[in-house]
Amino acid sequence: MFIKQLSVFLENREGRLEDVLQVLKDNEVNIISLSLADTEKFGILRMLVNKPEAANGALKRNGFSSKLTDVLAIKISHRVGMLQELLESICEEHINIEYMYALSTGKDDASMVLKTSNLDFAEKTLRAKGVEIVTPEEIADIQV
Amino acid sequence: MIWNETKECMSRDEKIVLQGARLVKTVDRVYHNVPFYRRKMQSLGIEPGDIRGIEDLAKLPFTTKVDLRDNYPFGLFAVPQSEIVRIHASSGTTGKTTVVGYTRRDLDIWSECVARAFTMTGVSKNDIIQVAYGYGLFTGGLGAHNGAEKLGATVVPMSTGNTKKLTTMMIDFGVTAIACTPSYLLHIAETLEENNQIDKIKLKVAICGAEPWTENMRRQIETKLNICAHDIYGLSEVMGPGVACDCEYHRGLHVYDDHFLPEVINPDTLEAVENGETGELVFTTITKEGIPLLRYRTRDLTSISYDTCECGRTLPRISRFKGRSDDMLIIRGVNVFPSQVEAALLEMGETTPHYIMIVDRVNNLDTLEVQVEVEERFFSDEVKELEKLTKKIEHVLQHALGIAAKVKLVEPKSIERSMGKAIHVIDKRKLV
Repeated sequence: MFIKQLSVFLENREGRLEDVLQVLKDNEVNIISLSLADTEKFGILRMLVNKPEAANGALKRNGFSSKLTDVLAIKISHRVGMLQELLESICEEHINIEYMYALSTGKDDASMVLKTSNLDFAEKTLRAKGVEIVTPEEIADIQV
Repeated sequence: MIWNETKECMSRDEKIVLQGARLVKTVDRVYHNVPFYRRKMQSLGIEPGDIRGIEDLAKLPFTTKVDLRDNYPFGLFAVPQSEIVRIHASSGTTGKTTVVGYTRRDLDIWSECVARAFTMTGVSKNDIIQVAYGYGLFTGGLGAHNGAEKLGATVVPMSTGNTKKLTTMMIDFGVTAIACTPSYLLHIAETLEENNQIDKIKLKVAICGAEPWTENMRRQIETKLNICAHDIYGLSEVMGPGVACDCEYHRGLHVYDDHFLPEVINPDTLEAVENGETGELVFTTITKEGIPLLRYRTRDLTSISYDTCECGRTLPRISRFKGRSDDMLIIRGVNVFPSQVEAALLEMGETTPHYIMIVDRVNNLDTLEVQVEVEERFFSDEVKELEKLTKKIEHVLQHALGIAAKVKLVEPKSIERSMGKAIHVIDKRKLV
């Protein structure tokens, strides 16, 4: 059960992030979670939004390089060491984490967004550990 | 000092007779030995007998870089391969290199021309000269090297790339002359300055070429190093460095027109312009055996003067170059065509990507940045994939151009679209 993440290529220059956000606003897209990877030369904006397909289409029409990528969102409880234990089980299976960021659901538990090598296997491994996976429906429901 | 007074100070009338005789022979040779020229002449309805002297030059067909590419690699050679003793190559317009071949006699004449040029700049057998052009397929290194040896000077074959070693040897050996690109010499000067070594060198003269430079740059070089800097010109298609060079009066570059017959034409009408007017420089090689070229269009814009120079030479002089009539760039002495970048990028994907080349000069060294739009097919949500892509493009460009380029990925549509011909180059060096 993967979630569609919206990724956008950004040049490292003033105003580009704002331009993306403007397009999303004009198309009534709600951003649920956001992470910005930056390098010296460029950035990649990664977002979970309520309407991924519509948002992707709108960005493309406005000349951005954007795409939808499958990622995994998992719920974890607020307990010291919880994240470490989950990662340990993933590492044991030689799954590599490409990137990871926090997802705010506005509820008591915490959630993480993961992109790993072999996403199917990662999901299976985590499920076997009893980890709860966030569904696309839940993401779409997060908005107010 | 004049290396070959007979040829360099010959009267115009005598020169014209000599050139005429050599041209007639050349035309006869290419007509019989190079099918490309025979076909071209036949299609113009001319035979070797129609060319009786240099007054008939305009009847002959032009040759372009495209013709060299179309006849890659040896199609324009006028002698059997067994007579060729050396090959050199330079960039072509679309990735395929331009190949030239030399017979032993061609190499002798080349050395003679470079020896004349070096003598013109005051270098003699008593000098120690560092040749800091690249050695290899590029004509700069070996061309300057052979000429300096012919002159009897002590040659230090530095090539390029190790400035520290170069400056150390310059000081330790008491080097008095250097041949390299002007931008590299400025870089050397700055290295010496930084290390407080300017007063330790014995350098008197520099022979700079292989890239366009300005009077301002010459003054900078001369002041920083307290030397005389001379401009040497050449191109591999015609021979290599030593086609022309400027004397101590710096009133243009003397062309060795007993070997290379110059014309200046209007690049649009292809008609000759008046002496002193700017146009495209065209050369007919009249002594070359390996790959003689009729009316080769250099694309370099200049003007020509036949007045006798104060130095006593009757050789015609071409002015400092005013640009080019095509889009070729010279970056760190290497010929680069935007079309090469396009061809290289095309090879990586299915469609032509949008790109722009930004050429600049930082600390006196040319830099090339190529901005490539990240279209959907290139885009990845992982930083490492985009960095891999950057490296891959850099690698492909290095392979295609022969020089390193920095690649910057930019957003789609961020490179300006023009209505007519796409703008692929921004040259910030302000050389003219």
